[in-house]
Amino acid sequence: MNTNAVMQLALYLAVLLVLAWPLSGYITRVMRGEHLGPTRLLAPVERLFYKLAGVDAGRETGWKSYAVGLVLFNLTGVVAVYALQRLQGVLPLNPQGFGTISPDSSFNTAISFVANTNWQGYAGESTMSYLTQMLGLSVQNFLSAATGIAVVIALIRGFARKSLETIGNVWADLTRVTLYVLVPLSLVVAVLLVGQGVIQNFRPYTEVQTVQATVYQTARLDAHGAPVNGADGKPLMVDTAATTQTLPMGPVASQEAIKMLGTNGGGFFNANSAHPYENPTPLSNFIEMLAIFLIPAALCFVFGRMVGDKRQGWAVLAAMTVLFVAAYGVTVWAELAGNPALQHAGAASSLNMEGKETRFGIVASSLFATITTAASCGAVNAMHDSFTPLGGMVPMALMQLGEVVFGGVGSGLYGMLVYAILAVFIAGLMVGRTPEYLGKKIESFEMKMTAIAILATPILVLAGTAIAVSVSAGQAGVLNPQAHGFSEILYAFSSAANNNGSAFAGLSANTPFYNVMLGLAMWFGRFAIIVPVLAMAGSLAGKQRLAVTAGTLPTHGPLFVVLLIGAVLLVGALNFIPGLALGPIVEHLQMIG
Amino acid sequence: MTKRFETPIPDHVETGTDERSGNDKRKLPLLDPALLTPAVTDAFKKLAPQVQWRNPVMFVVYVGSILTTVLFGQALFGTGEAPAGFIGAIAAWLWFTVLFANFAEALAEGRSKAQAAALRATKKNVIAKKLKAPKKGAYELIDSPSLRKGDFILIEAGDTIPMDGEVLDGVASVDESAITGESAPVIRESGGDFSAVTGGTRVLSDWIVVRVSVNPGEAFLDRMIAMVEGAKRQKTPNEIALTILLVALTIVFLVVTVTLLPFSQYSVSVAGAGTPITITALIALLVCLIPTTIGALLSSIGVAGMSRMMQANVIATSGRAVEAAGDVDVLLLDKTGTITLGNRQASAFIAAPGVTEQQLADAAQLASLADETPEGRSIVVLAKQRFALRGRELAAHQAVFVPFTAQTRMSGVDYDGRQIRKGALDAVRQHVADVGGLFPDAVSKAADDVARRGATPLVVVDGTTVLGVIELKDIVKGGIKERFAELRAMGIKTVMITGDNPLTAAAIAAEAGVDDFLAQARPEDKLKLIRDHQAEGRLVAMTGDGTNDAPALAQADVAVAMNTGTQAAKEAGNMVDLDSNPTKLIEIVEIGKQMLMTRGSLTTFSVANDIAKYFAIIPAAFATTYPQLGTLNVMGLHTPASAILSAVIFNAIIIVFLIPLALKGVKYRAQSAAQLLRNNMLIYGLGGLIVPFVGIKLIDLLLVALHLA
Repeated sequence: MNTNAVMQLALYLAVLLVLAWPLSGYITRVMRGEHLGPTRLLAPVERLFYKLAGVDAGRETGWKSYAVGLVLFNLTGVVAVYALQRLQGVLPLNPQGFGTISPDSSFNTAISFVANTNWQGYAGESTMSYLTQMLGLSVQNFLSAATGIAVVIALIRGFARKSLETIGNVWADLTRVTLYVLVPLSLVVAVLLVGQGVIQNFRPYTEVQTVQATVYQTARLDAHGAPVNGADGKPLMVDTAATTQTLPMGPVASQEAIKMLGTNGGGFFNANSAHPYENPTPLSNFIEMLAIFLIPAALCFVFGRMVGDKRQGWAVLAAMTVLFVAAYGVTVWAELAGNPALQHAGAASSLNMEGKETRFGIVASSLFATITTAASCGAVNAMHDSFTPLGGMVPMALMQLGEVVFGGVGSGLYGMLVYAILAVFIAGLMVGRTPEYLGKKIESFEMKMTAIAILATPILVLAGTAIAVSVSAGQAGVLNPQAHGFSEILYAFSSAANNNGSAFAGLSANTPFYNVMLGLAMWFGRFAIIVPVLAMAGSLAGKQRLAVTAGTLPTHGPLFVVLLIGAVLLVGALNFIPGLALGPIVEHLQMIG
Repeated sequence: MTKRFETPIPDHVETGTDERSGNDKRKLPLLDPALLTPAVTDAFKKLAPQVQWRNPVMFVVYVGSILTTVLFGQALFGTGEAPAGFIGAIAAWLWFTVLFANFAEALAEGRSKAQAAALRATKKNVIAKKLKAPKKGAYELIDSPSLRKGDFILIEAGDTIPMDGEVLDGVASVDESAITGESAPVIRESGGDFSAVTGGTRVLSDWIVVRVSVNPGEAFLDRMIAMVEGAKRQKTPNEIALTILLVALTIVFLVVTVTLLPFSQYSVSVAGAGTPITITALIALLVCLIPTTIGALLSSIGVAGMSRMMQANVIATSGRAVEAAGDVDVLLLDKTGTITLGNRQASAFIAAPGVTEQQLADAAQLASLADETPEGRSIVVLAKQRFALRGRELAAHQAVFVPFTAQTRMSGVDYDGRQIRKGALDAVRQHVADVGGLFPDAVSKAADDVARRGATPLVVVDGTTVLGVIELKDIVKGGIKERFAELRAMGIKTVMITGDNPLTAAAIAAEAGVDDFLAQARPEDKLKLIRDHQAEGRLVAMTGDGTNDAPALAQADVAVAMNTGTQAAKEAGNMVDLDSNPTKLIEIVEIGKQMLMTRGSLTTFSVANDIAKYFAIIPAAFATTYPQLGTLNVMGLHTPASAILSAVIFNAIIIVFLIPLALKGVKYRAQSAAQLLRNNMLIYGLGGLIVPFVGIKLIDLLLVALHLA
């Protein structure tokens, strides 16, 4: 890492901590149902929602009702987003007159946004109407984020409570997160982004004169529109000059803010945060990066506050930070080292600028790539597919670790807490006691749920990849054969099952095969973890909270941080070493020759 | 006073020592040659599928062994996917892996069976004397197995007690050495805390009438044998949870290896070089990755834990109880016998104003000559030491011994017209007031001083004259303070339970170094104390022997009943200490912790091993497709075949190397959880990462040297 890389990281982490700490206090109180200052103004809105829905927000339920409510709520979201895409041709706010979207793509996109993945098989500016973007995709950006936070709050309550049957009221949790946390924060971030030049309008796409004409060749066509072949049998080419360009418009800033804050990552445009209308300046880039980690970092503190021992939150955050910094170090090193083949071909430097925006450069692009994949965001400001083999392996590996390094809003922390349970289970035995975490005994029910939560995504990734490389429909999408093609498929399933949403774009994934396979991976990657986590929350809430003694395994010190990191890395490594060896590792070894 | 003093019990019942006074028959060397041969035989017998099925991890290895054997056959008699010699070697070592696991389990069970055999030798059919009514009278002779619960039997001198039961009538001395290993006889009588008799023990003198309390096969001895033999051994809750984790890991690796085949095929097709990974290599990889080490040794660790309890002369009624022992964070310890020696001893005479110390000693000796309690005898001894006062013939002086009663709460002697009494301060004060004497303030003050020092004051009065105070001192056991300091370091809180007044209790508590004490404890106070601790989220262990301890024993998480205790106490507890040594509780906690630590350490070791195995097998498996992956062959293994074989051999023999550790348990030190974790992580975590790199390399070198690869 050079000075630039260290400085950017240090500044980023410092600002993040300064913002996350007060936010955690706010979230903690909001989730307790308290009102602070201005939120009182929104209280009538909250009550109105409950009244309209016929919900008694004060009545808490056990984990089963909580889970059923949450899954049905999300299923409803899938149906709504699917319907919107299928019907957008006849619905308003569609100035470009985009037609209906294919069933498989609609299915994929609906699950993608509900599952907080925002994998995009389509290109936003040439597919989705403004109505679909706002009412379908943006709404799910809020609700999927709220779902993640509600689940982790329920799990934390499970730890904090003592011999209780209930873990909260799902409707109240979803409403409070959305109304008091996500909407106000998004408003602030959207305004900041507009200040940097992110657009926010409903205008039709604009035709503008380009500064200089772009000349390119096209095939000469005959009267019937068929290409004309020359004497050598090849199509005859003619020069064409383009002097105008279509600029897509739309309500970008409002979607951009929640895309980052909710770790959704689904871009308004196909180029995502590399697009100047989504991410115009280095400052907007910094704001967007902050927005990604803001809530996941704050939730660690919320955890500490709610279980009554702030050190517990710091420990989890420390483990995440160490993993993040290490990952960033590798990415930035790999990208700065670049590709030796470039210099062999006569280039002045081996720096890898392919697929990166010059206004961000290598360091900010590497930092963004690490952040967006450490969190399950998936927004990109550079093309991960063009990274060096190891520079691209890090984002892939961060996803494969289960999106627990900060991770998605809520989902990152509950994923990490599942790892914590796994770590204390083995470590707890080593100190001669049956394992406990935060005073809760970890018994066979918790181990069953932990096993399901930890098994689900590796199985989805490995089985999905295995099927894709075995059938012709899967092989067909690969643009870069050889080891990199394998990496692209592995990346796609890693991204989908872990609800990240970024891609090695060299894979053409908008096909019925990938839309269905990845759609299923996203759904089960989300809810095959949420349901066992809620079950664990219910079981933990019902347990006695054991006293802490010198004989208790301490879960707040450096030793535990090392242990937690070890558990995450070990499980990840054991699952994915063979796959990574056949993809990026071989690529790297081939590259350095 | 605790009830221990109110009941006349033979001295030898209270062993009052820290040493194990176990039965040597139950102590076994780690690897007894006599046990090895049957264990090897059993290892082969356990190859039956229905046995293998019970251990999911090893079942996967078992299936892998069968598959590779079939592949070996195919390679021998047709075209195999790899050279027959390679597949055959892998198959052979996979079978060894299964056999080694079977051997570990068989050895642990064999050790337990040997212990059980020693117990069973005491259980034989005897002729019982069945009575019609619970009174000594006419009886019919029947075989002991036909006795049923509720039958009345007569047992006379020389008879073996046929079944567990409760004494209804009579008193007898009983030889319980068959159960406890303690050769001195104990007294069994009706009522009170010494009414339980155990089948297989022998009446030495007198007779008793007993009501049979269990049906055949349910007797204490039967349950002990069943427990020890492991026949009825059920998986403990933590073992089940750990098994779930191991199964989950197995599933992960199953998916990893199964998907590796299409990955490999795709890589071969895009690279246009090499051949896909062989099924043999995949099975080898799978077996190396799944947690076979802990999977093979898990049940041995459990059996060995029970076995260690047995060696400490403690019978746990379930493995669950052994596990809970490791979790205990509060120990309720009876003061007497655990913290202090059983008897208080007279340590000083403090005379009243105007009375010489010798006068006091003389009166005190007279009052105690007929007092057979240990305190009484210690007064006589002290008088002899201090003033060379010898015993006197009481009968010559028409001496009448006045025994201790609950009403007077004094004892003494009427001697030559003198009425000498000794007793507790308030009892004597009342007595002096009744007979019209004056109670000097100096004596009250002296008595208070004694009490404040943690000793017990006995006031001596002759007629109406108060002579002074005898100081009875509790003797705190040697080394107990250090023991409690260790427990504190482990995070275990010690609470002393005593019938003494708070002042006395506090002084002894300070001297012994316990964390807390419960003074003037009644059984209901004990129960409340346990409930309070449990409500705070603590696990409580206690010992008890009386029927009135039964509710507290039932409430405690780990409840150790003394073998000398009542049937009710034994039923309420979840462990029985055959030595009836209350200090054993500390040992029990250590055994529980050691068992859990062994489990955790071997699991960590097993999982950490996988990293090295990847480095051995991955470059070897894809050598033909991507020769560049040879960079990952950091061990410099000779050939792909030798690399895979070395990993498989390491995986098999590590089980054998770890059998002694599984049986003995990992080394236990009294340390805080953080220190324990740091040490064990270093040894078993870091060790688990490094050892296989060295081991696999050595095996590879050996294979090359022997021209096997």
